[in-house]
Amino acid sequence: MKLQPQSYLAEHTVRSWLLTHDHKRIGILYLLTIIVFFAIASVAAALMRIELVTPQGDLVTSETYNKLFTIHGVLMVWFFLIPSIPAVLGNFILPMMLGARDVAFPRLNLLSWYIFIAGGVLALWSLIHGGVDTGWTFYTPYSSTYSNSHVISMAAGVFVAGFSSIITGMNFMVTVHKMRAPGLRWFRLPLLVWSLYATSLIMVLATPVLAITLALMSVERVWGVGIFDPKIGGDPVLFQHLFWFYSHPAVYIMILPGMGVVSELITCFSRRRIFGYGYVAAASMAIAVLGFVVWGHHMFVAGQSVYSGMMFSILSYMVSIPSAIKVFNWTATLHKGSISFATPMLYALGFIGLFTIGGLTGLFLAALAVDVHVTDTYFVVAHFHYIMVGGMVMAFMGGLHYWWPKITGRMYPEFAGKLAAMITFIGFNLTFFPQFILGYLGMPRRYHAYPPEFQFFHILSTAGASILGVGYLLPFLYFLWSLKWGRVASGNPWEATGLEWQTPSPPPTHNFEKTPVVTREPYAYDAVTGKEEPQEGLMQQTSAV
Amino acid sequence: MDSATDTVLAEQFDEIEQQHSADTLGMWIFLATEVMFFGGLFAGYAVYRFSFPHVFYAASHHLDVLAGAIDTAVLLCSSLTMAFAVRAVRLGQRWMSILLLGVTAVFGAGFLVIHGFEYHHEWTEHLVPGGSFAFEGADPHRAQMFFWLYFATTGLHSLHVLIGVALMLVLAVLVLLEKITAARFMTVEIAGLYWHFVDVVWVFLFPLYYLAGAR
Ligand SMILES: [Cu+2]
Repeated sequence: MKLQPQSYLAEHTVRSWLLTHDHKRIGILYLLTIIVFFAIASVAAALMRIELVTPQGDLVTSETYNKLFTIHGVLMVWFFLIPSIPAVLGNFILPMMLGARDVAFPRLNLLSWYIFIAGGVLALWSLIHGGVDTGWTFYTPYSSTYSNSHVISMAAGVFVAGFSSIITGMNFMVTVHKMRAPGLRWFRLPLLVWSLYATSLIMVLATPVLAITLALMSVERVWGVGIFDPKIGGDPVLFQHLFWFYSHPAVYIMILPGMGVVSELITCFSRRRIFGYGYVAAASMAIAVLGFVVWGHHMFVAGQSVYSGMMFSILSYMVSIPSAIKVFNWTATLHKGSISFATPMLYALGFIGLFTIGGLTGLFLAALAVDVHVTDTYFVVAHFHYIMVGGMVMAFMGGLHYWWPKITGRMYPEFAGKLAAMITFIGFNLTFFPQFILGYLGMPRRYHAYPPEFQFFHILSTAGASILGVGYLLPFLYFLWSLKWGRVASGNPWEATGLEWQTPSPPPTHNFEKTPVVTREPYAYDAVTGKEEPQEGLMQQTSAV
Repeated sequence: MDSATDTVLAEQFDEIEQQHSADTLGMWIFLATEVMFFGGLFAGYAVYRFSFPHVFYAASHHLDVLAGAIDTAVLLCSSLTMAFAVRAVRLGQRWMSILLLGVTAVFGAGFLVIHGFEYHHEWTEHLVPGGSFAFEGADPHRAQMFFWLYFATTGLHSLHVLIGVALMLVLAVLVLLEKITAARFMTVEIAGLYWHFVDVVWVFLFPLYYLAGAR
């Protein structure tokens, strides 16, 4: 009987948290931070939904409404969704999935969190001093010339936060390349690792383009003339090109990690190997690469030539191929599996359904003619919320429940978990499905008043949003509850494969006492028992410690 | 070598080779990020040069090709001394390392001084875009775009040079204090990668801006 090494949570001082180099603690710092931003952005969304209950603009002025959707978009995109799975779950799980003691650059990892905080402070400063009314897209010339709000400080906040995601991406890429345990070949990597690698590629190559674009816009605002300024021959559409060159790939920063999490959940809770491992892994890379050549589909009506419109339309259609491969393979994995409907699985199944709807409606928008009809309507709003909220947030919640015992050493209450997953699913659909109809009927986005015939659908949507709010509040409460009263979790409560489950819960600071050796493919669930296949004693057995 | 390998090896790595290759890969990825960062400006240049080429040719004549050539020579020399500095650190030649890092910093600072004089000259010639801009020739409005891009791109590049100079000085002090020894040569090697990158960016900037008007 050996003495257990100390859990990573053992030290309690504030200093031990703020100066930590431990990837697990940094993941938790990120989690606490993004919860704050999620809460603020949700309040903005709630105010918008309340305003939209009546056709008249009676709760807030149109100007305030503009600021509300800007703050909602900016915070949700850059301060919640982008760091959500990568910086929280990725930081926590990725090194353990690789059998590593930490990421390649632990100090840079901590620095990325401080940079993120600095960006967040700038964004909140802009919010407190009156907000920004440009929308999260910062389109010129409104942002560079006409807006009277705090555009520069908000853009600076996004600029700064971008570097935290660049550092995270670089760290993940180097970690995956250089720190895999012996025997952990590329095609033995869990699919979450593949998807985080693809995500990192986008973070590293696309984020700097956003940074320079926002910098150029801000310089133009200060200087009075600039590169997007028609007075000196500049083209405002160039801003849109550069912005979407980042922001379309950024959409995949906001979905690829979710796909990775779902691959982990589906295999574990149907006790089966993933169907077509290589295809799912390659699909992640294909989505990342194709994501760089489809940005023009945001500009079909912005005055771009019809020929580039056609090209961007075709290329956008091609993204549906790897996406569909993933959906088919998850479904095929479920086939003949022994499925158990634990909370993480409910979220994963919800993800598949909602992502499919979001993806299919994406095809409507990628079609040139249809897009002209629904551009800038609630159809677009509904589409990307199906991907980002129905997809990414569902996956994030599923992943958080799945790894919660690993992170905290406690189980969450299962019944409350299932209830919350169900409430979220119902609330989400009630919020956003009516918006497809609204958009198709011609309701434009970003208006605080509307013709009375749209009121019915807006009321449905607001009702759904209140249910959705309960669905998010409930986990927040029982997660807190579980920290003290939750059942103590074993090292591997789900009997899952994967190196992260070979550690005690919560893991010691350096994760593994001895670097594990990997001898087989991931998801080696036995076809008959559904339990992990026995292997020849090469992998470290923590239960024997 | 006065520093044992095990004090150099960070706890998350198993072997020093693993650490070195991780450090190098990290820097290359960072440089890829930098390429995309400058890429936005190069994209802007490409768009507007194709949109109004004649204005760009005419505007380019107002830049001092000789000064630009000296800039280029100074930076190329600094890359050479940087490469020698890495070698000296590897071989544990302490004073030689300090000297070469110092010379690299001086070259970098020299570049900034020359460029400062160029900026000053362009300021007096009213070539800075904005209210005081004045340009003899066809299409003075659009000529501003050339100079806007010129100031933005070379300004961003000069900022990188400035960071590089500071980096060289810090490294020289660290070598002096024996915080960097032969066992820790990687720090200098990686800083070298950054420095060479900054030079390479200039190698693209020089023809695009200074030589655009040359026959
Ligand atoms: Cu897009």
